[in-house]
Amino acid sequence: MNRELKRVVIVIMAMFVSLLVSSSTIQVLAADELGRDPRNVRSVYDAYKTQRGAILIDGTPIAYSEASDDNFRFLRIYENPMYSAITGFFSFYQGATGLESSMNSFLTGKNSSQFFEQVNALLSGNPVTGASVELTIDPVVQKAAWDALGKLKGAVVALDPKTGNIIAMVSKPGFDANRLAVHDGITSGNNYAELLADTSSPLVNKAISGTLYAPGSVFKILVAAAAIESGKYTAESTLPNPVKYKLPGTNTFIQNSGESKCGGKATVSIADALRFSCNIPFAQLGVELGQEAIRDQAEKFGFGKTVEIPLRSTASVYPENMDDAQTAMSSFGQFDVRVTPLQIAMMSAAIANNGKIMKPNLIENVVSANLSSLFAPSPQEYASPISESTASAVRNMMIDAVARGVSSNASIKGITVAGKTGTAQNGKGEPYTLWFTGFAPAENPQVVVAVVIEDGGGQGQGGRGNTLAAPVAKKVIQAVLRK
Amino acid sequence: MTSANTSTVAIDIKKIARVTPRKRNIEIWLLFFAFGINAFELAQIQLSTIEILTFDILTYWAPLAIAATVLHFILRFRASEADALILPAVVLLNGLGIAEIYRLDLATLAAGGTEVFAFRQVIWTVVAIAAASAVVWFVRSHLFLRRYVYISMVIGLVLLISPALPFIGTSINGAQLWISIAGLTFQPGELAKIALTIFFAGYLVTRRDSLAVVGRRFVGIQLPRARELGPILAIWAVSLLVLVSQRDLGTSLLYFGLFLVMIYVATGRAIYVVVGLGMFASGALLASRIMDYVGRRFDSWLNPFDPKFYDAAGGSYQLVQGLFGLAHGSVLGTGLGGGVPQLVPLAESDFIIASLGEELGLAGMFAILALYLLIVSRGLRVAFNHNDDFSKLLTLGLSFVIALQTFIVIGGVTRVVPLTGLTTPFLAAGGSSLLANWIIIGLLLRISDTADSRERSGVSSF
Repeated sequence: MNRELKRVVIVIMAMFVSLLVSSSTIQVLAADELGRDPRNVRSVYDAYKTQRGAILIDGTPIAYSEASDDNFRFLRIYENPMYSAITGFFSFYQGATGLESSMNSFLTGKNSSQFFEQVNALLSGNPVTGASVELTIDPVVQKAAWDALGKLKGAVVALDPKTGNIIAMVSKPGFDANRLAVHDGITSGNNYAELLADTSSPLVNKAISGTLYAPGSVFKILVAAAAIESGKYTAESTLPNPVKYKLPGTNTFIQNSGESKCGGKATVSIADALRFSCNIPFAQLGVELGQEAIRDQAEKFGFGKTVEIPLRSTASVYPENMDDAQTAMSSFGQFDVRVTPLQIAMMSAAIANNGKIMKPNLIENVVSANLSSLFAPSPQEYASPISESTASAVRNMMIDAVARGVSSNASIKGITVAGKTGTAQNGKGEPYTLWFTGFAPAENPQVVVAVVIEDGGGQGQGGRGNTLAAPVAKKVIQAVLRK
Repeated sequence: MTSANTSTVAIDIKKIARVTPRKRNIEIWLLFFAFGINAFELAQIQLSTIEILTFDILTYWAPLAIAATVLHFILRFRASEADALILPAVVLLNGLGIAEIYRLDLATLAAGGTEVFAFRQVIWTVVAIAAASAVVWFVRSHLFLRRYVYISMVIGLVLLISPALPFIGTSINGAQLWISIAGLTFQPGELAKIALTIFFAGYLVTRRDSLAVVGRRFVGIQLPRARELGPILAIWAVSLLVLVSQRDLGTSLLYFGLFLVMIYVATGRAIYVVVGLGMFASGALLASRIMDYVGRRFDSWLNPFDPKFYDAAGGSYQLVQGLFGLAHGSVLGTGLGGGVPQLVPLAESDFIIASLGEELGLAGMFAILALYLLIVSRGLRVAFNHNDDFSKLLTLGLSFVIALQTFIVIGGVTRVVPLTGLTTPFLAAGGSSLLANWIIIGLLLRISDTADSRERSGVSSF
């Protein structure tokens, strides 16, 4: 009988081993996935159990948790709606967005870098205090951008091209995150519904996400860079300069903006076409280059990819399988090209930084409650889309565009500003999308900026990038250079 | 039964050796250790939830400690050579169960609820340990149980079928496993497992020779003789009847699995296991097709995250919430009182293991499983050491039933098998389960006393 007993022992061992395996699978291997399931409210409960870390700019909190005497124990407080796009909100009822979501593990003290604190907390019975997140944002520049946009709807991104550090990120209209953080579920729910219903989408960070924008003429920077990078063109290469241009394979004619003659000569150089922002030469240039070459270049700049800064950006789009007419339209930023302001800033950053894009980043440092640094990202090269000489050639075109061209409203006395405006059409009768992107000082760039204004800046089809977007960029640049 | 002579001799030796009840000394120290841990658990729960220590700790700590100490002294007088590890291990589990139930009570009270379980669990614990003590005190030799083999069968079957009877049968959460008499609900299936184990052991010992006779060979397999299939068919029929009438796969699997293992050990014929499992699987499969309730349990087991089953009434909501709790606990757990196990329905009974897994983590799960394994392996050790077949089979059955029940319940919560209505031995809130499992412990302690007394001259062990 003992022989059979031994076999039974093996069966029992197998049963217990299967329980060890199943519980290990659930509690370790699948634990993160189960924790992320939206039906799992434990992560939210957890987040309220500890004092959530603050989000800081220059040591001053813009979002922090204060003790409250209700069941939640801590109330989240937001200092200023001008940071709403960056912080997002943290709400018991509506979840979390922005850095409140992407930095959640640090803010709640659950990050693996805090393992020893967690063990310590387990032994002592005191909960882990969340880590604080210090941002790269410059409050002076942020306020300048916020004020410069005023009542306009749109977004501003300003970053340091040498490090990728984001100096300002504004999305308008903003929202008061305190309205969602309130502990009364009905109030929070009503406020959330109201913000969601608002057609100007205050909850969307338009600098990196949302429905994306047609870039219009700022896309010409990319086409010009692709042309020069191909080796077949220089800044001085000329293109035919007709007053009207029939889109290949169609009976549709296009014109330059404002029916401009673009210098009035039979041909025009790429540099001048960019300076005057002429559509016809770029349409032809695009068709000659071909959509493959432009797409390659666009992807090198980061189109088609999301970036985690650590907010997650939406990927910008260069359309696939276009015919020649569509390629022509897309070469001055129309048709189905769609971009984020962050992507446009990254494009300008490559021009400013000798062809290299540094990874955009919002995080200066993450500091635990005992003041040790948990995470301090160092500047990191993101991509190298163009050569130094191409960058230099395009930079000169952009300097001319501001100094002697149609992007003049960004010029600042005593500073060389490089830039490009854009005024994108959105279909018949729809208001334009207004753009400016550029950098300064052009010889030694300290700031790259991208500005987008929706809805024609309230002027329908009367608004222009140079009249509305360029002055915003100018104020941001002035704030950075303290001029 | 050759052991009759040797055990008489053994008792004589034991009388002489009573001066050094070494095992009992080990046991009492281990018990003190277990009492200490139980007190620590309760203190941690109070500190992390109500943030103050109160005398309530004594209410939930002392009765178990006193009852276990009394049982310890009964063992000193009546079974001084009984196994020394079983009792402390069971006390650890039972105390942990009370602590976690108390912790869930505190959460219920904090949320304004009134339905509490911990005190009732304490009362049942005392009753159950008293029953185990009575077993040790009055059952001077387990061999005496052989006289009641067929009475056990009748008692077992009556208990097993009783929840399906009109008037007293009660359905809770879809499974018909309870009887309700004068307002008290009871799960008779728990006690049936003891009666049926005694019956199986007695029956198989007398019939093992004829059951082991080989019948015809069929495609290379030696089949049992047709007439010997009678009993296995009968048990199979009863199991399916339980499955159909009580709508619980776990209970019928428990009895059928127990029977198969015992018949295998008694006869050494693996063919019984093969045929039996095949019969059970086809029966269960058929039941899951025909019976909505059983089928839903299968669906929930295979696709718990599917919103279709998650949102369905009686669907996978509870299972998934339990998995969330376990995942929340991760490796080290949230600490007792630190998690939110009350989010899972029936956190104090069917899902107590998910509650503990959340608060004690994978580390705690392993510790709990290790305690079960310890209890089972001490029981099996007794089975190995006994020379007489009835004792062997009885101990095997009693140990295996704890192992199998633990597997079915914890396996149900962790998705190894479909979820069933069985309870986690010693941990889950519920009087019938505590009573039955403590009686099993009483029997194991009683049998182990005579098992080890024969090997006194050999290597000393505890």
